[in-house]
Amino acid sequence: MNASDQPEGPWAEALRMFARNPSAIAGMLMLSVVLLVTLAGPWLVGADPFEIIAAPMTPPFSDEAILGTDYLGRDVLTTLVYGGRATLLVGAVAALLSVSIGITLGALAGYYGGRVDAVLMRVTEFFQVLPALLFAMVVVTLFSPTLLTITLAIGIVSWTGTARLTRAEFMKYRNLEFVRAERAIGASHARILWRVILPNALPPLIVSATLAIGSAILFEAGLSFLGLGDQNRMSWGLMIGASRQYVLSCWWAVAFPGAAIFVTVLAVSLIGDGLNDALNPKLRER
Amino acid sequence: MLKLVASRLVQGLALVLAVVVLNFVLVHAAPGDPVETIAGASGGMDEKLQAELRAQYGLDRPLPVQLGIYLGKVARGDLGYSYFFNLPVSSLIGERVPATLALVLTSVLAAFLTGTTLGVLSSRRPNGALSQTINVLSLVGFSAPVFWLGMLLVILLASVFPVFPVSGMRNIASDGRGVADVIDVLYHLVLPAFTLGLVYLAQYSRLSRAAMLDVLGADYIRTARAKGLSERKVFYKHALRNAVLPVVTILGLQFGNVLAGAIVVETVFNWPGLGRLAYESVLRRDYPTILGVLLFSSVVVIVMNQLTDLCYRLIDPRIKTT
Repeated sequence: MNASDQPEGPWAEALRMFARNPSAIAGMLMLSVVLLVTLAGPWLVGADPFEIIAAPMTPPFSDEAILGTDYLGRDVLTTLVYGGRATLLVGAVAALLSVSIGITLGALAGYYGGRVDAVLMRVTEFFQVLPALLFAMVVVTLFSPTLLTITLAIGIVSWTGTARLTRAEFMKYRNLEFVRAERAIGASHARILWRVILPNALPPLIVSATLAIGSAILFEAGLSFLGLGDQNRMSWGLMIGASRQYVLSCWWAVAFPGAAIFVTVLAVSLIGDGLNDALNPKLRER
Repeated sequence: MLKLVASRLVQGLALVLAVVVLNFVLVHAAPGDPVETIAGASGGMDEKLQAELRAQYGLDRPLPVQLGIYLGKVARGDLGYSYFFNLPVSSLIGERVPATLALVLTSVLAAFLTGTTLGVLSSRRPNGALSQTINVLSLVGFSAPVFWLGMLLVILLASVFPVFPVSGMRNIASDGRGVADVIDVLYHLVLPAFTLGLVYLAQYSRLSRAAMLDVLGADYIRTARAKGLSERKVFYKHALRNAVLPVVTILGLQFGNVLAGAIVVETVFNWPGLGRLAYESVLRRDYPTILGVLLFSSVVVIVMNQLTDLCYRLIDPRIKTT
């Protein structure tokens, strides 16, 4: 059933397009480096990112600390390694959550239409109207800031875009011939929704999911920057927020973790753009 | 048209009601209460005083009763008293709105004007240098955390070119009056507005460029060219008008997000606006203020959405009133 089983199906073609896109490859490389550093990092640096290893505000490229230490004497490089783990974990899981909610609700609304659509769209509107960051701040503060609540909060406030996109895609497909044919041979709604329409609607959704990872990472960084993240888990945003008052005397504790966020999100966006070009050939000229 | 406005109004009110109820239930369902926080902040408080405070704030009543009382008050425009400032929430919000409005309007308008200009100019040469610059700019704008960009600017401007003030809205010695004060505030506004504007600049330039390229490929442009109109006229009169539509829509719809961005930027630059009030109230568990700000910003988003929608219908008559 799946198009990818055929030797030169659209998916294989998309893969080839993607592999020939220099900026997409650059994004993949950057992301690989980030993943490698965060995964293999613990064997390269100290075991505890909160540990004080040298004099406070040791500048970068010194003997004690390659990237310097922060205002308490904590190693910035160790922060990068361990902070990346929290940030990437929250970003990936929150994006997965937001995309799952968005695809489910959007698919149901677009496929069934009518009253289901009206109710689900009201719900979507409701979440669009809530100020996302503020609402997530409230949720996280009120229900103790742990990785779990942060992930849930980000997922809950950020699914509306995906839902609208999915809805539009499902509306487009629901009355096409191949879907009607499935219905005529007595396929269940569940089968038509998830096995017939979803694979066809997937390309734009994959792109949107990739971009969702980037936004979730930025969202997490923003929350921890504001000091609303998990205070017991080192993260990039936490380090920047903590060093905020000392930014003029110790710029490296702000610049490096921020650069790490930037590089990671940039990598994800480049991959997203590459996927967009590969999967949505109609838009290629742009 | 009138019927449309009326039904939109009802929908908007229903949304506001839903926002108020959900936020209220959420805030009160959370473990711990503001009295504990106040007690903690004042270094311990005996049980009796805590109970008295709870009674005073109405926190000892059943939740549905509290909700009913709150809804009744909100309907009358009373958002309650801030636990922390002991001032009416509505006047607290009113005090902070001008600062945020100045920040958000300046950055959004500047970003909109520069962004569309760049986007439109670059669409004349889709693969030219300006187009590439916009690609890079929009990638950076999307990928770099706002607070990081802001702090890099602080580092750069405070140590290398100490030109603009990096914190606050007024000079400490300012008396807050007259033309001198306006200049002082504008001077302090430069960096925060620039930071917030960068992100939107990236989006607007990219969006308007895509919209222009889209429109320039349309049949009616070919027609306009075929009938011998000057390239200038085709470009600025026929194409630009249509390409600006989606950008205007996004401008309106994003107003809510701009408020969210304002929280972070106001924190970085100590800008005394609504975003910082919200942030500090969350830290203080100042429930009435949190609820008030959430309600206020939701109402702003709803109003902006509806206005955008109505404007869009006015600009583009093809969209039928349904």
